Amino acid sequence: MENILDRRLVLVMGKGGTGKTTIAAALGLAAARRGRRTVVVEVAEQQRLLGLFGKGARDHDEVQLDRNLFGLSIDPQRAMEEWLRHQLRSGTLAGLLGGSRIFQLLTAAAPGVSELVTMGKIWDLAQLERRTGGSVFDIAIVDAPATGHGLGLISAPGTYARIARAGPVARQAGRIDEFTRDPATTGIIAAALPEEMPVSETLDLEDRLAADDMALDAIVVNGVMPERYKAAEIGVLESLNGRGGPAARAALETALLEHRRAAGQSEQLGRLREEAGAGVSTLPFLFAPALGRPELEELARLLEGQL
Amino acid sequence: MIESWLERKSICICAGSGGVGKTTTSAAIALGMAARGKKVAVLTIDPAKRLAGALGLNELGNEERRVEADVDGELWAMMLDAKRTFDDLIEWHAPDERTRDAVLSNRIYQELSNAVAGSQEYMAMEKLYELHQQGRYDLLVLDTPPTRNALDFIDAPKKLAAFIDSRSLQFFTAPGFLGLKVFGRGAGMLFSVMKRATGIDLLEDLSEFFRSFGDMAAGFRERADGVNRLLADSRTAFVLVTSPSSDAIDEAAFFHHRLLDAGLPFAGIVANRVRPELPPENGAGAELEKMVGGELAAKVLASFEDERRLGARDQANLERLRKRLRRSPMIEIPQLDADVHDLHGLRLMDEYLFG
Repeated sequence: MENILDRRLVLVMGKGGTGKTTIAAALGLAAARRGRRTVVVEVAEQQRLLGLFGKGARDHDEVQLDRNLFGLSIDPQRAMEEWLRHQLRSGTLAGLLGGSRIFQLLTAAAPGVSELVTMGKIWDLAQLERRTGGSVFDIAIVDAPATGHGLGLISAPGTYARIARAGPVARQAGRIDEFTRDPATTGIIAAALPEEMPVSETLDLEDRLAADDMALDAIVVNGVMPERYKAAEIGVLESLNGRGGPAARAALETALLEHRRAAGQSEQLGRLREEAGAGVSTLPFLFAPALGRPELEELARLLEGQL
Repeated sequence: MIESWLERKSICICAGSGGVGKTTTSAAIALGMAARGKKVAVLTIDPAKRLAGALGLNELGNEERRVEADVDGELWAMMLDAKRTFDDLIEWHAPDERTRDAVLSNRIYQELSNAVAGSQEYMAMEKLYELHQQGRYDLLVLDTPPTRNALDFIDAPKKLAAFIDSRSLQFFTAPGFLGLKVFGRGAGMLFSVMKRATGIDLLEDLSEFFRSFGDMAAGFRERADGVNRLLADSRTAFVLVTSPSSDAIDEAAFFHHRLLDAGLPFAGIVANRVRPELPPENGAGAELEKMVGGELAAKVLASFEDERRLGARDQANLERLRKRLRRSPMIEIPQLDADVHDLHGLRLMDEYLFG
C-alpha cells in the first residue's frame, strides 16, 4: 500500500484529548526522516505543537524545528490578509479592504470565514507553487481542531464555494475543496483512545466523513497500556485477595487495577478494529512524566512501521 | 460541594479542553442536582459529543427529552441541532409569512445555517437563552465544545451585535447599493475593491440575503444583548473542567484568565481522573516475592512504580493549577475503575462532586 506520507496534505482529526498534536508531531518527524521537506501546522491558537519541539513563540511564519522539518501556527487574521492579497493582486487594495470596518465586522460575524481562510493557508502550504511566495514543502501535516470543529474546518471551502456560486471566491474555495477531497493529494488520520466514548466518536467521525464522500485513511490509537500479565498470573494475584501486609496489598491492588484498565482498553480496541473501515495502528501509553524529544522520536519510529 | 457553587444559580456552563470529561461532568452535575429535587436540563452543543450515550438515551433531538432516572426532581437532556434552532428562530421573529419564506429559502441562509463551523456558536447561545426565558427548569447545565471554541461562543453574540449596530448592514442592504451615497466617496471605493475580491454576484446575493431579514435584525440585536447579559448574570456559574494533564491545566488557566477578563462569573474547577498519590513500596517487593515468586513480584512492583509516578505527576500538576488560580475552589474526582459512560458511572462521580 502506498504510504500516507507520500501525499501533499495530511489532516489529523479526532476527539479532543486523544493526542492529535502528538500524532501530528510524530508524523512530521517520520515524514522529515523519509527526506520529505515537511511542515507541521497548528490552527485555532493551540500553540502546543511547536512547544513539543521546544519552540514557544506563536508565529504565522514557518520556523525550522529540525532537519527537513518546519512548523507554523496559523493566525486567521494574517491568513485573511494573504487571501485578500492573492485575490486582489495588490497589497494596497488588500490593506484597504482588510482595514475597512465594514469588512471586518462582516467577516467577524459571518460563520465559517475564519475556517475558510485557515483552509486557504493550509492549501497554500501544500502547493508546489506557493501563492504567498513562501518556501515549498513536500507535505503539510495539520493538527486539526476537535471532531465537530475539525469537520467544520474542512467543509468551510465547500460551503463558501456554494455560497459564492461564481466569481473569485467560488473559484478559490472550490479549488481548495477539490484538493482536500482528493485522496491522491490529501490523507485523513483519526486520533483515538482505547476507551468507550473516544472509540464511538471515531466511528461517528468515519460515518460523517463518508456522508460527505470522504474517508479516513488510518486510525491511530494512542495511550495503549501494556498487558503485563498472563491470565494465570492474574489468577494468582486475585487469589491473594486481602493477604499480606498493607504495602503488599496496596501494590497488588494497583497491579489488578492496571490490569482491569488494560483489559477494558483491549475490549474497546477490538470493537474499533471490528467496526471501523480504516486500518487501526496503536501507540503505547507513555509513563514518562513529560513528552520530550526521545519519546517523540520513539512514537515516530513506531508510526512509521505501521502506516 | 458543587451544590454550594450552584446555590441560587439557574445556569451552569461547563468549559474546558478536549477529552477532560466535560460531557460526563455536565451529565453528573445535572443528574446530581435532579437527585436533590431540582428540575434540570442538560444540553450539549458539541456536534460530536455522546451525551445521549452517557445518559442511556439512544438519541437526542433538538427538544429536551426526559431521562428515565430514579430522582426526586426531573432530569431532561437535549443536543443542539443548529439548523433547527436557526429555522425556529426565523419562524419566531418573522413579522409575516413572506419574510419568513424569503429568509428560509435564501441560498446563503441555507448554506450558513447548515455549516457546522460558526453557526453552532450562535445557535447554542440562542437555545440557552430560549430555554432560560421559558423558565421551565430550575437549572440548565451546558456542555460546551473544547476551550478555544468555547470562547468563540461567548464572543459570537457580541460579534453579531457589533455587525448589526454598525452601518455595515446598511452598506449591504441599500437598494442596489445606490445608498452608497450615504457613505460618501470612500464607500464607493470600498465597494469596488470588495467587488474585485468577491465578484459582483456574491455581493448582490449578500445584499439580497440581508434585505430578506428586513426589520428582523433589530430583534436579533436585542437577543444578542440578552445573551450577553445572561452570561454575565450572577445566576450563571462557569465551571472549569480539567484533567491533571499539563496541557489541560494550561488550557484551564488560560480560560480562567479569560473569564475574569470578561467579567464572567467563575464558580470553581472540577479535576477529573486524578490518580491517587501512592506511598513508596515500603518492603512490598520483598513480601510479594515470598508470596508469588520473583518474576511476578517484579511485574507487580513495576505496575506499582508506574502508577506511583503518574500519581505524583497528577498531584504536582494540580498543585501548579491551584497556584495559578489563586486557590480557587477545586473538586477532585479520582480516576474511576472504568471509563464513565452510563448512569451508573455518573452516580459514582456524584459522591465526589457533591460530597
